Amino acid sequence: MEKKIKVYGVPGCPFCKKTREFLKSKGLNFEDIDVAANHDLANEMVKKSGQMSVPVIEIDGKIVIGFDKGKIENLLGS
Amino acid sequence: MKKIYDLIIIGAGPAGITAAVYAARKKMDILVITKDIGGQASWSGDIQNYTGYQFISGPELAIKFEEHMRKFDFEIQENEEVKEVTSRNERLFIKTDKDNYQTKTVIIASGKRSRELGVPGEQEFKNKGLTYCATCDGPLFAERDVAVIGGGNSALDAALQLIKIANRIYIINFTDNLTGDAIMQDKARADKKVSIFNNSRVKEILGDSFVQAIKIEEDKEEKTLDVQGIFVEIGLIPNSDLAVDLEKNERKEIVVNQRNETNIPGVFAAGDVTNVPEKQIIIAAGEGAKAVLSAFRYLSTKK
Repeated sequence: MEKKIKVYGVPGCPFCKKTREFLKSKGLNFEDIDVAANHDLANEMVKKSGQMSVPVIEIDGKIVIGFDKGKIENLLGS
Repeated sequence: MKKIYDLIIIGAGPAGITAAVYAARKKMDILVITKDIGGQASWSGDIQNYTGYQFISGPELAIKFEEHMRKFDFEIQENEEVKEVTSRNERLFIKTDKDNYQTKTVIIASGKRSRELGVPGEQEFKNKGLTYCATCDGPLFAERDVAVIGGGNSALDAALQLIKIANRIYIINFTDNLTGDAIMQDKARADKKVSIFNNSRVKEILGDSFVQAIKIEEDKEEKTLDVQGIFVEIGLIPNSDLAVDLEKNERKEIVVNQRNETNIPGVFAAGDVTNVPEKQIIIAAGEGAKAVLSAFRYLSTKK
Protein backbone atom coordinates (compact mmCIF):
# COMPACT_ATOMS: atom_id res chain seq x y z
CA MET A 1 0.00 0.00 0.00
CA GLU A 2 1.17 3.50 -0.77
CA LYS A 3 2.53 5.34 2.23
CA LYS A 4 1.12 8.68 3.30
CA ILE A 5 3.89 11.29 3.08
CA LYS A 6 3.82 14.93 4.16
CA VAL A 7 6.67 17.41 3.73
CA TYR A 8 6.48 20.49 5.97
CA GLY A 9 8.76 23.16 4.54
CA VAL A 10 9.16 26.72 3.33
CA PRO A 11 9.75 27.88 -0.24
CA GLY A 12 13.34 29.18 0.08
CA CYS A 13 14.84 26.42 2.20
CA PRO A 14 17.52 24.31 0.48
CA PHE A 15 16.91 21.08 2.34
CA CYS A 16 13.14 21.30 1.82
CA LYS A 17 13.89 21.46 -1.87
CA LYS A 18 16.29 18.53 -1.65
CA THR A 19 13.68 16.50 0.21
CA ARG A 20 11.04 17.18 -2.45
CA GLU A 21 13.50 16.34 -5.26
CA PHE A 22 14.48 13.13 -3.48
CA LEU A 23 10.86 11.95 -3.09
CA LYS A 24 10.08 12.92 -6.69
CA SER A 25 13.10 10.96 -7.92
CA LYS A 26 11.62 7.89 -6.22
CA GLY A 27 8.31 8.52 -7.97
CA LEU A 28 6.49 9.06 -4.67
CA ASN A 29 3.45 11.25 -4.11
CA PHE A 30 3.50 13.55 -1.12
CA GLU A 31 1.62 16.44 0.38
CA ASP A 32 3.74 19.58 0.11
CA ILE A 33 2.95 21.84 3.08
CA ASP A 34 4.18 25.45 3.08
CA VAL A 35 4.37 26.41 6.75
CA ALA A 36 5.36 29.97 5.86
CA ALA A 37 1.93 30.51 4.34
CA ASN A 38 -0.12 28.91 7.10
CA HIS A 39 0.47 29.49 10.83
CA ASP A 40 -1.83 26.69 11.95
CA LEU A 41 0.12 24.17 9.91
CA ALA A 42 3.37 25.64 11.24
CA ASN A 43 2.11 25.08 14.79
CA GLU A 44 1.00 21.57 13.88
CA MET A 45 4.53 20.84 12.63
CA VAL A 46 6.14 22.24 15.78
CA LYS A 47 3.79 20.18 17.94
CA LYS A 48 4.40 16.97 16.00
CA SER A 49 8.17 17.31 15.82
CA GLY A 50 8.81 19.10 19.13
CA GLN A 51 11.16 21.55 17.43
CA MET A 52 11.27 24.54 15.09
CA SER A 53 13.29 23.76 12.01
CA VAL A 54 12.32 22.70 8.52
CA PRO A 55 11.94 20.39 6.73
CA VAL A 56 9.91 17.92 8.75
CA ILE A 57 8.87 14.78 6.92
CA GLU A 58 5.96 12.65 8.09
CA ILE A 59 5.73 9.11 6.73
CA ASP A 60 2.67 7.16 7.90
CA GLY A 61 2.61 9.19 11.11
CA LYS A 62 6.33 8.82 11.83
CA ILE A 63 8.41 11.99 11.98
CA VAL A 64 11.82 12.72 10.45
CA ILE A 65 13.49 16.04 11.27
CA GLY A 66 15.65 17.46 8.51
CA PHE A 67 16.62 15.83 5.21
CA ASP A 68 17.94 12.62 6.76
CA LYS A 69 18.11 10.38 3.72
CA GLY A 70 18.90 7.22 5.70
CA LYS A 71 15.93 7.61 8.04
CA ILE A 72 13.59 8.49 5.21
CA GLU A 73 14.66 5.45 3.22
CA ASN A 74 14.20 3.25 6.28
CA LEU A 75 10.67 4.46 6.83
CA LEU A 76 9.82 4.13 3.14
CA GLY A 77 11.24 0.62 3.00
CA SER A 78 9.54 -0.86 6.03
CA MET B 1 43.32 -7.33 6.70
CA LYS B 2 41.51 -4.11 5.96
CA LYS B 3 41.29 -2.73 2.47
CA ILE B 4 43.69 0.08 1.63
CA TYR B 5 42.27 2.77 -0.63
CA ASP B 6 44.31 4.93 -3.02
CA LEU B 7 42.44 7.99 -1.84
CA ILE B 8 39.84 8.91 0.73
CA ILE B 9 38.02 12.21 0.20
CA ILE B 10 36.57 13.83 3.30
CA GLY B 11 33.58 16.00 2.45
CA ALA B 12 31.27 16.25 -0.55
CA GLY B 13 30.83 19.93 -1.23
CA PRO B 14 32.08 21.51 -4.47
CA ALA B 15 35.73 20.65 -3.67
CA GLY B 16 35.13 17.06 -2.54
CA ILE B 17 32.73 16.21 -5.37
CA THR B 18 35.01 17.65 -8.04
CA ALA B 19 37.90 15.71 -6.52
CA ALA B 20 35.82 12.52 -6.62
CA VAL B 21 34.91 13.03 -10.29
CA TYR B 22 38.55 13.59 -11.24
CA ALA B 23 39.72 10.62 -9.18
CA ALA B 24 37.06 8.33 -10.64
CA ARG B 25 38.13 9.30 -14.15
CA LYS B 26 41.72 8.45 -13.19
CA LYS B 27 40.43 5.04 -12.09
CA MET B 28 41.76 5.53 -8.58
CA ASP B 29 40.34 3.30 -5.87
CA ILE B 30 38.51 5.88 -3.77
CA LEU B 31 36.07 6.35 -0.94
CA VAL B 32 34.13 9.52 -0.12
CA ILE B 33 33.17 10.04 3.52
CA THR B 34 30.84 12.91 4.22
CA LYS B 35 28.18 14.23 6.54
CA ASP B 36 26.08 15.61 3.71
CA ILE B 37 26.22 16.07 -0.04
CA GLY B 38 26.47 19.53 -1.53
CA GLY B 39 28.06 21.23 1.46
CA GLN B 40 27.66 24.97 1.75
CA ALA B 41 26.60 25.15 -1.92
CA SER B 42 23.28 23.66 -0.81
CA TRP B 43 22.76 26.70 1.38
CA SER B 44 23.63 29.31 -1.21
CA GLY B 45 20.99 31.54 -2.66
CA ASP B 46 21.12 32.49 -6.32
CA ILE B 47 24.37 31.77 -8.12
CA GLN B 48 25.22 33.78 -11.21
CA ASN B 49 28.98 33.28 -11.39
CA TYR B 50 29.46 29.55 -11.92
CA THR B 51 30.60 29.25 -15.52
CA GLY B 52 28.12 27.50 -17.76
CA TYR B 53 25.15 28.55 -15.66
CA GLN B 54 23.93 32.11 -16.13
CA PHE B 55 21.58 31.55 -13.23
CA ILE B 56 21.16 28.61 -10.88
CA SER B 57 20.12 28.26 -7.25
CA GLY B 58 22.48 26.73 -4.67
CA PRO B 59 20.39 23.59 -4.09
CA GLU B 60 20.02 23.03 -7.84
CA LEU B 61 23.75 23.33 -8.45
CA ALA B 62 24.38 20.96 -5.53
CA ILE B 63 21.99 18.43 -7.09
CA LYS B 64 23.84 18.74 -10.44
CA PHE B 65 27.13 18.11 -8.63
CA GLU B 66 25.70 15.05 -6.92
CA GLU B 67 24.31 13.64 -10.18
CA HIS B 68 27.72 14.06 -11.80
CA MET B 69 29.44 12.28 -8.90
CA ARG B 70 26.95 9.39 -8.86
CA LYS B 71 27.55 8.71 -12.56
CA PHE B 72 30.68 6.91 -11.44
CA ASP B 73 30.86 3.70 -9.51
CA PHE B 74 32.66 4.23 -6.22
CA GLU B 75 31.86 4.03 -2.54
CA ILE B 76 30.22 6.95 -0.76
CA GLN B 77 29.65 6.88 2.98
CA GLU B 78 27.00 9.49 3.76
CA ASN B 79 25.96 10.72 7.23
CA GLU B 80 29.37 9.72 8.50
CA GLU B 81 31.74 12.09 10.24
CA VAL B 82 35.51 11.81 10.23
CA LYS B 83 36.94 12.25 13.71
CA GLU B 84 40.66 11.76 13.20
CA VAL B 85 43.31 11.33 10.54
CA THR B 86 46.63 9.83 11.64
CA SER B 87 49.75 8.99 9.68
CA ARG B 88 52.06 6.02 10.34
CA ASN B 89 54.71 4.52 8.04
CA GLU B 90 53.33 6.23 4.93
CA ARG B 91 49.89 4.83 5.67
CA LEU B 92 46.94 7.00 6.68
CA PHE B 93 44.34 5.90 9.19
CA ILE B 94 40.87 7.46 9.22
CA LYS B 95 38.65 7.14 12.24
CA THR B 96 34.98 8.12 11.86
CA ASP B 97 31.96 8.04 14.15
CA LYS B 98 31.09 4.66 12.59
CA ASP B 99 34.19 2.86 11.33
CA ASN B 100 37.94 2.87 10.61
CA TYR B 101 39.61 3.02 7.19
CA GLN B 102 43.10 2.89 5.71
CA THR B 103 44.37 4.76 2.70
CA LYS B 104 47.49 5.92 0.89
CA THR B 105 46.31 9.50 0.41
CA VAL B 106 43.61 11.79 1.80
CA ILE B 107 41.98 14.96 0.54
CA ILE B 108 40.38 16.99 3.29
CA ALA B 109 37.52 18.98 1.76
CA SER B 110 35.36 19.30 4.83
CA GLY B 111 34.46 22.97 4.37
CA LYS B 112 33.18 25.33 7.00
CA ARG B 113 30.31 25.41 9.43
CA SER B 114 28.42 28.13 11.30
CA ARG B 115 30.29 29.53 14.25
CA GLU B 116 28.51 28.90 17.53
CA LEU B 117 28.02 31.33 20.40
CA GLY B 118 29.38 29.03 23.08
CA VAL B 119 26.96 30.20 25.76
CA PRO B 120 24.71 28.29 28.16
CA GLY B 121 21.44 27.22 26.54
CA GLU B 122 22.77 27.18 22.98
CA GLN B 123 22.95 23.39 22.58
CA GLU B 124 19.72 22.85 24.50
CA PHE B 125 17.68 25.23 22.35
CA LYS B 126 19.16 24.38 18.94
CA ASN B 127 16.19 24.06 16.57
CA LYS B 128 13.94 24.98 19.49
CA GLY B 129 13.97 28.64 18.65
CA LEU B 130 17.70 28.95 18.06
CA THR B 131 18.83 28.53 14.46
CA TYR B 132 21.74 29.21 12.14
CA CYS B 133 19.63 29.48 8.97
CA ALA B 134 17.30 32.46 8.63
CA THR B 135 16.30 31.48 5.10
CA CYS B 136 15.13 28.08 6.31
CA ASP B 137 13.57 28.68 9.67
CA GLY B 138 12.75 32.42 9.52
CA PRO B 139 9.18 31.90 8.28
CA LEU B 140 8.34 29.92 11.43
CA PHE B 141 8.68 33.08 13.51
CA ALA B 142 5.78 35.06 12.07
CA GLU B 143 4.60 37.77 14.49
CA ARG B 144 7.18 36.70 17.07
CA ASP B 145 9.98 38.71 18.65
CA VAL B 146 13.43 37.58 17.58
CA ALA B 147 17.10 38.37 18.12
CA VAL B 148 19.74 38.29 15.39
CA ILE B 149 23.27 37.80 16.67
CA GLY B 150 26.01 39.45 14.61
CA GLY B 151 26.63 42.69 12.74
CA GLY B 152 28.03 41.63 9.38
CA ASN B 153 26.38 40.98 6.04
CA SER B 154 24.84 37.64 6.93
CA ALA B 155 23.37 39.04 10.16
CA LEU B 156 21.92 42.06 8.37
CA ASP B 157 20.62 39.85 5.59
CA ALA B 158 18.85 37.73 8.21
CA ALA B 159 17.47 40.82 9.96
CA LEU B 160 16.14 42.26 6.69
CA GLN B 161 14.48 38.94 5.80
CA LEU B 162 12.90 38.86 9.27
CA ILE B 163 11.47 42.39 8.98
CA LYS B 164 8.91 40.93 6.60
CA ILE B 165 8.01 38.13 9.01
CA ALA B 166 8.63 38.86 12.68
CA ASN B 167 7.17 41.39 15.10
CA ARG B 168 10.32 42.88 16.67
CA ILE B 169 13.93 42.31 15.69
CA TYR B 170 16.81 42.90 18.09
CA ILE B 171 20.27 42.96 16.50
CA ILE B 172 22.89 41.97 19.07
CA ASN B 173 26.26 43.15 17.79
CA PHE B 174 29.58 42.58 19.52
CA THR B 175 31.50 45.55 18.03
CA ASP B 176 30.77 49.26 18.45
CA ASN B 177 29.14 49.52 15.05
CA LEU B 178 27.54 47.27 12.44
CA THR B 179 30.04 46.03 9.86
CA GLY B 180 27.77 44.89 7.01
CA ASP B 181 27.23 46.82 3.77
CA ALA B 182 26.10 50.43 4.31
CA ILE B 183 22.96 49.96 2.23
CA MET B 184 21.82 47.09 4.47
CA GLN B 185 22.74 49.02 7.64
CA ASP B 186 20.59 51.94 6.47
CA LYS B 187 17.63 49.67 5.77
CA ALA B 188 17.89 48.01 9.19
CA ARG B 189 18.23 51.35 11.05
CA ALA B 190 15.31 52.88 9.16
CA ASP B 191 12.89 50.16 10.17
CA LYS B 192 10.81 50.74 13.30
CA LYS B 193 10.71 47.02 14.08
CA VAL B 194 14.49 46.89 14.49
CA SER B 195 16.49 47.76 17.63
CA ILE B 196 20.28 47.59 17.50
CA PHE B 197 22.41 46.75 20.55
CA ASN B 198 26.07 47.51 19.87
CA ASN B 199 28.98 46.55 22.16
CA SER B 200 26.78 43.70 23.28
CA ARG B 201 27.49 40.09 23.92
CA VAL B 202 25.16 37.17 24.49
CA LYS B 203 25.38 35.68 27.99
CA GLU B 204 22.71 33.01 28.02
CA ILE B 205 19.69 31.58 26.20
CA LEU B 206 16.66 31.03 28.44
CA GLY B 207 13.46 29.05 28.03
CA ASP B 208 11.61 25.84 28.90
CA SER B 209 10.95 23.55 25.95
CA PHE B 210 11.47 26.45 23.52
CA VAL B 211 13.39 29.72 23.63
CA GLN B 212 11.72 32.41 25.74
CA ALA B 213 14.43 35.01 26.30
CA ILE B 214 18.01 36.00 25.72
CA LYS B 215 20.32 37.49 28.32
CA ILE B 216 22.80 40.01 26.94
CA GLU B 217 25.40 42.36 28.32
CA GLU B 218 25.38 45.81 26.73
CA ASP B 219 28.29 47.99 27.83
CA LYS B 220 28.67 45.87 30.98
CA GLU B 221 24.97 46.19 31.78
CA GLU B 222 22.95 42.98 31.80
CA LYS B 223 19.60 42.90 30.03
CA THR B 224 17.07 40.19 29.34
CA LEU B 225 15.04 40.44 26.17
CA ASP B 226 11.91 38.34 25.66
CA VAL B 227 12.29 36.57 22.33
CA GLN B 228 10.99 33.36 20.81
CA GLY B 229 13.59 33.14 18.08
CA ILE B 230 17.38 33.56 17.97
CA PHE B 231 19.28 33.68 14.68
CA VAL B 232 23.03 33.18 15.07
CA GLU B 233 24.95 34.82 12.21
CA ILE B 234 28.48 35.27 13.52
CA GLY B 235 30.43 33.79 10.65
CA LEU B 236 31.91 30.45 9.75
CA ILE B 237 34.71 28.26 11.08
CA PRO B 238 36.64 25.59 9.21
CA ASN B 239 36.00 21.90 9.95
CA SER B 240 39.71 21.39 10.44
CA ASP B 241 39.95 19.59 13.79
CA LEU B 242 40.90 16.30 12.14
CA ALA B 243 44.57 15.86 12.89
CA VAL B 244 46.51 17.39 15.73
CA ASP B 245 49.74 17.74 13.78
CA LEU B 246 48.11 19.38 10.76
CA GLU B 247 49.43 22.91 10.22
CA LYS B 248 46.74 25.60 10.42
CA ASN B 249 46.74 29.40 10.24
CA GLU B 250 45.33 31.82 12.83
CA ARG B 251 41.83 31.33 11.38
CA LYS B 252 42.18 27.55 11.91
CA GLU B 253 42.27 27.00 8.14
CA ILE B 254 44.49 24.14 6.94
CA VAL B 255 47.65 25.54 5.36
CA VAL B 256 48.23 24.20 1.84
CA ASN B 257 50.74 25.10 -0.85
CA GLN B 258 49.95 25.65 -4.53
CA ARG B 259 49.76 21.89 -5.03
CA ASN B 260 47.26 21.50 -2.18
CA GLU B 261 49.82 19.65 -0.08
CA THR B 262 49.58 19.99 3.71
CA ASN B 263 52.54 19.52 6.05
CA ILE B 264 51.71 15.79 6.34
CA PRO B 265 52.89 13.64 3.38
CA GLY B 266 49.94 12.09 1.56
CA VAL B 267 47.44 14.48 3.14
CA PHE B 268 46.03 17.09 0.78
CA ALA B 269 43.30 19.66 1.39
CA ALA B 270 41.00 21.71 -0.82
CA GLY B 271 38.29 24.34 -0.71
CA ASP B 272 36.94 26.47 2.15
CA VAL B 273 38.64 24.42 4.88
CA THR B 274 42.03 25.65 3.58
CA ASN B 275 43.85 28.96 3.52
CA VAL B 276 43.05 29.39 -0.19
CA PRO B 277 42.35 33.08 -0.80
CA GLU B 278 38.66 33.64 -1.64
CA LYS B 279 35.92 31.21 -0.72
CA GLN B 280 33.85 30.67 -3.84
CA ILE B 281 32.10 27.60 -5.26
CA ILE B 282 34.07 27.73 -8.48
CA ILE B 283 37.36 28.16 -6.62
CA ALA B 284 36.61 25.27 -4.27
CA ALA B 285 35.77 23.06 -7.27
CA GLY B 286 39.03 23.99 -9.00
CA GLU B 287 41.00 23.33 -5.83
CA GLY B 288 39.40 19.88 -5.56
CA ALA B 289 40.62 19.07 -9.06
CA LYS B 290 44.13 20.33 -8.27
CA ALA B 291 44.28 18.28 -5.07
CA VAL B 292 43.46 15.03 -6.89
CA LEU B 293 46.06 15.65 -9.58
CA SER B 294 48.63 16.23 -6.83
CA ALA B 295 47.56 13.09 -4.95
CA PHE B 296 47.76 11.11 -8.19
CA ARG B 297 51.29 12.41 -8.83
CA TYR B 298 52.29 11.63 -5.23
CA LEU B 299 51.02 8.04 -5.59
CA SER B 300 52.90 7.52 -8.84
CA THR B 301 56.18 8.44 -7.13
CA LYS B 302 55.51 5.79 -4.46
CA LYS B 303 55.06 2.87 -6.84
